[in-house]
Amino acid sequence: MQSQATYDYKVVRLFAIMTVVWGIVGMLVGVLCAAQLVWPELNLSNVGEFFHFGRLRPLHTNAVIFAFGGCALFATSYYVVQRTCHTRLFAPGLAMFTFWMWQLIILSAAITLPLGYTTGKEYAELVWPIDIAIAVTWVSYAVVFFGTIATRKVDHIYVANWFFGAFIIAVALLHIVNSAEVPVSFSSLQSYPVYAGAQDAMVQWWYGHNAVGFFLTAGFLGMMYYFVPKQAERPVYSYRLSVVHFWALIFTYMWAGPHHLHYTALPDWAQSVGMLFSLILLAPSWGGMINGIMTLSGAWHKLRTDPILKFLIVALSFYGMSTFEGPMMSVKTVNALSHYTDWTVGHVHSGALGWVAMISIGAIYYLLPRMVGKTEMYSTSLITVHFWISTIGIVLYIASMWIAGVMQGLMWRATDADGTLTYSFIEAVKATYPFWTIRLLGGTLFLVGMIIMFYNMVRTLSGQKAYNAPVLPVAAHA
Amino acid sequence: MMSADFTSNFWNLYVIVLVVFGVGLCLFVLMTNNKRHSGPVEVQPHVWDETLAEYNNPLPRWWLYLFWATVIFSIVYLAIYPGLGSFQGFLNWSSVGQYEAEIGKAKQKYDPIYAKFRGQSIEALARNAEARAMGGRLFATYCAQCHGADAKGAPGFPNLTDNDWLWGGAPETIVQTITDGRVGVMTPFDGVLSAADVTDVANYVRALSNLPNASDAAQRGAMVFAANCVVCHGPDGRGQPLLGAPNLTDNVWLVSSSQAQIEKNVREGRNNRMPGFGDFLGEDKVKLLAAYVWGLSNK
Ligand code: HEC
Ligand code: HEC
Repeated sequence: MQSQATYDYKVVRLFAIMTVVWGIVGMLVGVLCAAQLVWPELNLSNVGEFFHFGRLRPLHTNAVIFAFGGCALFATSYYVVQRTCHTRLFAPGLAMFTFWMWQLIILSAAITLPLGYTTGKEYAELVWPIDIAIAVTWVSYAVVFFGTIATRKVDHIYVANWFFGAFIIAVALLHIVNSAEVPVSFSSLQSYPVYAGAQDAMVQWWYGHNAVGFFLTAGFLGMMYYFVPKQAERPVYSYRLSVVHFWALIFTYMWAGPHHLHYTALPDWAQSVGMLFSLILLAPSWGGMINGIMTLSGAWHKLRTDPILKFLIVALSFYGMSTFEGPMMSVKTVNALSHYTDWTVGHVHSGALGWVAMISIGAIYYLLPRMVGKTEMYSTSLITVHFWISTIGIVLYIASMWIAGVMQGLMWRATDADGTLTYSFIEAVKATYPFWTIRLLGGTLFLVGMIIMFYNMVRTLSGQKAYNAPVLPVAAHA
Repeated sequence: MMSADFTSNFWNLYVIVLVVFGVGLCLFVLMTNNKRHSGPVEVQPHVWDETLAEYNNPLPRWWLYLFWATVIFSIVYLAIYPGLGSFQGFLNWSSVGQYEAEIGKAKQKYDPIYAKFRGQSIEALARNAEARAMGGRLFATYCAQCHGADAKGAPGFPNLTDNDWLWGGAPETIVQTITDGRVGVMTPFDGVLSAADVTDVANYVRALSNLPNASDAAQRGAMVFAANCVVCHGPDGRGQPLLGAPNLTDNVWLVSSSQAQIEKNVREGRNNRMPGFGDFLGEDKVKLLAAYVWGLSNK
């Protein structure tokens, strides 16, 4: 191996920067949506329908999941796969192609969604030409990732790469199957789905829940398995546990989707199976949490001083919390109360802000200085500030949504002595206002944290020369 | 029993095999990892990226028990509830069965409460405080989302408190409206009338309610109206309850009185649907609702 060979950091650097940028944009739209629920005038109806809640909500979800989360996954997986395979990226040109395509896809989503072009499938709203672009980009991503794995210089594939690999394969499968659609015509952005009725709903939520399982979980577990041991400077707690929870997790997630369709036209057997596999998922999910948190044993004191580690470990705690809450909410009797309420929204955000965003933020803070040959961000105390602001923000967000959700569920089901509903729907809406206000505050705090991160990023990177670290030789076997 | 969920026995077996395989895989993982490991914890002999290494700690016992518990729960659940294809489970439970049982119980409990008003007229019920309160609660549950909590309507949804009716306000007419629903259809005139005709006739409609209008346009509009609109709205524009065609002279509007909205109604026509509640709520509740609605305009 030539000693001058360096890793390809360019694509990592670009994706890392865009993670922060799209994080701010996506969360800003989220804060706007939250504000619209408190002040409906913000739907800006006099401007047109473009800024209505119904148009902006999918923009928010797409921006935070696929733009913010997606860029974080690209950045970290491209970084991790090179370093743990001790080789450069396979086809770096193709990796740059995935960067530009992904930005183009995000921009076209930001234009089409407010204009009202949508397939109407949650988390798969984008119209067919964008779907095709996503498929092409994803296959290119797979070629780069698995090409790098294939050309690795070590025998064993590091655990982080198992999770990244599973994420890439599963997302390709999910996207292609759920987005199968027939365009109305080549000059139209509209299309017909190939599935109908209860089957369409089932395919959609098979996709929807596995988007959570593979995009928002497996991918970020890959991130966790690299950045937690790196930042803690401790070996991973248990190889055996990673094997067991990996296989159990990727296998059982595939079945959990029907819990989104309890008490609907979905056949009873499918509802039962969805509920049971969601329950079984509890232990495999917690396996990841245990493995991450226990990696810190012997290094707990680092938590006191290292805000990046704080982000990573608190992320794992939220991961454990939401993967306990999720199986509970899949139990049909609990679901009968929680479904369609803000509890669901709270649950999603304890996963999305607590787990996905926090682990990404920690990882990006680790990456950014290394992109210019340093090991520290411009200001460590700003990272600490960011950590506390976002933690308080999350707590306000999910606590208010829990209370709101349980309250809504109880109000909706309360009946009078003559069997009529005690509360009309609008009364439950009115009762929710204070909690929506608290949620808005929580979300705003989280956004402020991202803006602090942006400032810290600019100060860290500006004036610095781009850096590509030399490829490390494989450590001699012990 | 072969359930209608499957088009052929193949899919039934397919589901059974996959579910058994899924639970079985978890069992397999558990059984092969159930041994207690003792002795010192080894570090795996691989190092990546300078520092990344792995211990091989045993699986935490409590975690294994948790995993076991969920798997055993699932096996028991699959035996008593549906899940294995078309096998209903030993309890023979189904969601349809549960729904029917609960509805049956509710009927037994609540029907007598409504039945006691059977012999009475709508007018009498409208003056009966208990009946009115129950009607109001039914209204809040089933009607408020369209007609508003105060029954004063919303754009496109008529105000039910103003004694101004599309279909007529007699007690039995209101019962019929609620029982069978109504569809207010006005044919679109796009392509039938020229743009100028549309503007003119809209001016005429505004004149009928004494709203500001361009008088020469309104004069021309009168002829357009006579030729196209009187079939439904009547020669004097006072409407026709049999068709649900509104009175255009009373300055009460479904959406708005603006020139633009009236022109839009004429160009695009209207197709406005009030759902029928007869099958869903039954006669007794519909009667209480009718009494409540009638009472709003006949205090
Ligand atoms: C889905 C919306 C919707 C719901 C729910 C609904 N309505 Fe209506 N209702 C309408 C519409 C629209 C019309 C006007 C129909 C037309 O234009 O001819 C209407 C018309 C009526 C009328 C006739 C008004 C007139 O001027 O003749 C009555 C009475 C009425 N509704 C009562 C009720 C009651 C009682 C309920 C609850 C059981 C109810 N509606 C629920 C939409 C609704
Ligand atoms: C086929 C019967 C029919 C004909 C012909 C017809 N209308 Fe109508 N029109 C209706 C009905 C029914 C409604 C109520 C629609 C609803 O319930 O939304 C209506 C509603 C309207 C309204 C809205 C009233 C309000 O309260 O907001 C206007 C204005 C109107 N018609 C004008 C006209 C004019 C002008 C013409 C002739 C160019 C015309 N209509 C021809 C049946 C008709």
